[in-house]
Amino acid sequence: MIELHHLTKRYGDKLAVDDLSFRIPEGVVTGFLGPNGAGKSTTMRMILDLDRPTSGEVTIGGRRYAGIQDPLRQIGALLEAKAVHPGRTAYDHLLWLAQSNRVPRARVDEVLDLVGLTAVARKRARGFSLGMGQRLGIASALLADPQTLMFDEPVNGLDPEGILWIRNLMKRLASEGRTVFVSSHLMSEMALTADHLVVIGRGRLLADLPMAEFIKRNSRSSVRLRTPHQEQLLDALHGAGLRAEPGPDGAWEVVDGDPVVLGDLAAAHGVTLHELSPQQASLEEAFMQMTADSVEYHMGAAAPAPPPVWGAGWNDRKPGKES
Amino acid sequence: MAVFPAVAQSEWTKIRSVRSTVWSLVSVFLITVALGLAISLVARNNPTDFTEGGRPFDATAISFIGVGFGRLAIVVFGVLAVGNEYSSGMIRVSLAAVPQRGTLLAAKTAVLGALALAASLVTVFVAFFVGQAALGGGLSTSLGAENVLRAVVGTALYLTLLCLLSAGVTVMVRHQILALAILVPFILLISPILTLVPVVKDWIKYFPDQTGGAITQVVPTDDLPYGPWTGLLICAAWTAAALLGGYLVLKRRDA
Ligand SMILES: Nc1ncnc2c1ncn2[C@@H]1O[C@H](COP(=O)(O)OP(=O)(O)OP(=O)(O)O)[C@@H](O)[C@H]1O
Ligand SMILES: [Mg+2]
Repeated sequence: MIELHHLTKRYGDKLAVDDLSFRIPEGVVTGFLGPNGAGKSTTMRMILDLDRPTSGEVTIGGRRYAGIQDPLRQIGALLEAKAVHPGRTAYDHLLWLAQSNRVPRARVDEVLDLVGLTAVARKRARGFSLGMGQRLGIASALLADPQTLMFDEPVNGLDPEGILWIRNLMKRLASEGRTVFVSSHLMSEMALTADHLVVIGRGRLLADLPMAEFIKRNSRSSVRLRTPHQEQLLDALHGAGLRAEPGPDGAWEVVDGDPVVLGDLAAAHGVTLHELSPQQASLEEAFMQMTADSVEYHMGAAAPAPPPVWGAGWNDRKPGKES
Repeated sequence: MAVFPAVAQSEWTKIRSVRSTVWSLVSVFLITVALGLAISLVARNNPTDFTEGGRPFDATAISFIGVGFGRLAIVVFGVLAVGNEYSSGMIRVSLAAVPQRGTLLAAKTAVLGALALAASLVTVFVAFFVGQAALGGGLSTSLGAENVLRAVVGTALYLTLLCLLSAGVTVMVRHQILALAILVPFILLISPILTLVPVVKDWIKYFPDQTGGAITQVVPTDDLPYGPWTGLLICAAWTAAALLGGYLVLKRRDA
C-alpha cells in the first residue's frame, strides 16, 4: 500500500506539491488527474525517491522506497520522459534493468513479446518511434512482474491505436489484481479506465473518491426549456411542484426533469416551447470546474479556508479497503 | 538493500552495450600503441634526436609517447560511461532500479575501474613491447632494467586513476560535455602551459596529471618534490576526492 503523508515539494520559490496526503487503493486502477503543472510528475518522482520531498514522506508497505530490496519487483514505473540510451538496443536496455534487480534473463524476451517489440529487440532505441519508445518504457515497468504499476501520462503523443492498446493493458493489469496508478490530464480518458480518482491542482489535493461516485455526482442531467411566455411557464412548473433554474440566454433548466412530463405540462397550460432538450454535463466540464476553483483559490490574495476535499474520508468510510 | 554483484553485472551490461563507450576504451589502446610504434620507428633511425640537452636515451618513454593522447581517450571513456546516464535521462531509470545511490555509484566505479585497469594493462604492455621491437636490439630496453617495470605498471595505474577521476567529476557536474570541458583543460592543457608561469609552477606540480605522471618515467624529466609512488598516491587522493564529491551530489540532489 502506497501512502503519501503531507508530501510537500518546493523548487526554489515554486511550490510544486503542497501538503499532499492520500492512499493509493490496491488492486484497482487509480487515475491521477490534474491540469498541466499540477504536480503529478513531481509526486510520482517522490514516490520513487528520485526527488527528495521538502517535507512529508511516502511509504510503500510502511517503508521508504530506498529501503526496498529489488524495488522493481514491487513497483514498475513509466515516467514522463523517454529515458533510454539512444545507442542501446531494446534488449540490452531491459537486460541491464533485469540484472540490477535479479530478474531472470528469460523475462526480457517475455516482456518484449508482451509489448510487441520482439521484432525490433536488437535495434538501437535511437530509431524508435514515440509509440515504440512508450512500449519499451512499459516493458521496463512490467519486467519484474510487480504488483504495483505507475504510469505518467502513458498515452501522451500516441495514436488512437496506441491509446487503445494502453487502455486495454491497464484494464488487464487491474483484472489481474494489480494496483495501477496512472496520471493524465484528460478526465474523459480516465472515466474509461479508472476505478478510483485522485485530483490535484496547484499541488493540492482536490478530490479523492471512487470514479463511480464522481460520475454520479457530476453526471447531472437536466431538461432545458425555452419559451417566449416565461411567466406562464414558471407558474405551470411551480404549480406542478417543479423547480427551474435559469439557464443560458433566457432559457430555464429543470434538474432531473423528464422531457415527456415537461412537454405535456407546457401543452396543458398552452405554453409555446421553442426548445425542449435534455442536457448532460460532461465529466470533463466537471473536472475543469473543480480545478478552475483551485486556480482561483491560489491566486486570491486573501486565502480562504481550503475547499473541502471531494470524497475526503472515503477510505475511512469503506471498511476492508485498508491493507 | 541492493545486491552489489547484481548491480555490478548490470553496470557491465550498460557499458558493453553502447558503442561509444566501447570504442573510447578501444581507442585508448589503438592511439597509445600506434603513436608509440610510430615514434619508436622514428627514434630507431634518428636516435640522436632523442638525446638532446644531454639527456640519456629513454627507450621506455619513447614507446610511451602515445600515453599522452591515450589519457584523453580514457578520460572520454570515464566521462561517457557515467555521463550518458545524464544525457539520456536514464539516470532516473537507474535510480528507480537501484535507489541505494551509494551502491549504484560503488558498482559503477568498480566496473569502470576494473575495465580501465584491464584495458590499460594490455595497452601499456603491448605499447612497450611493440615499441621496443621497433627500436631494435641496439636501442631497446627490457622490463628487467631499472625502474622499467615500475613505469609500465605505474602507467596503467595512472590511466585507471584518470578514468575514475573523470567519472567522479562527471557525477558531480551531471553533464558529459561540461565534464569534458572541465577535464580536458585541467588534465591535458593547463599544466603544460602553467608550468611555464613561475608563480604557479610549484602548485601545478600537485595536479593529478603531474603527480600521476611521475611514475610513468624511467628517467625523471622534471625535478618533483615527491617520488613516483607518492605522486601516484596524490593522484589517487584527487580521484578519491572527485568520487566523494560525486557521491555527495548524487546522494543529495534530485535526480
Ligand atoms: N526540477 C524542477 N525544477 C523546478 N521546477 C520544477 C521542477 N519540476 C517541476 N517543476 C515545477 O513544478 C510544477 C509541477 O510540475 P509537474 O511536472 O510535477 O506537473 P505535472 O502535473 O506533471 O504537469 P504536466 O501535466 O504538464 O505533466 C510545475 O510548475 C513545474 O514547472
Ligand atoms: Mg507531468
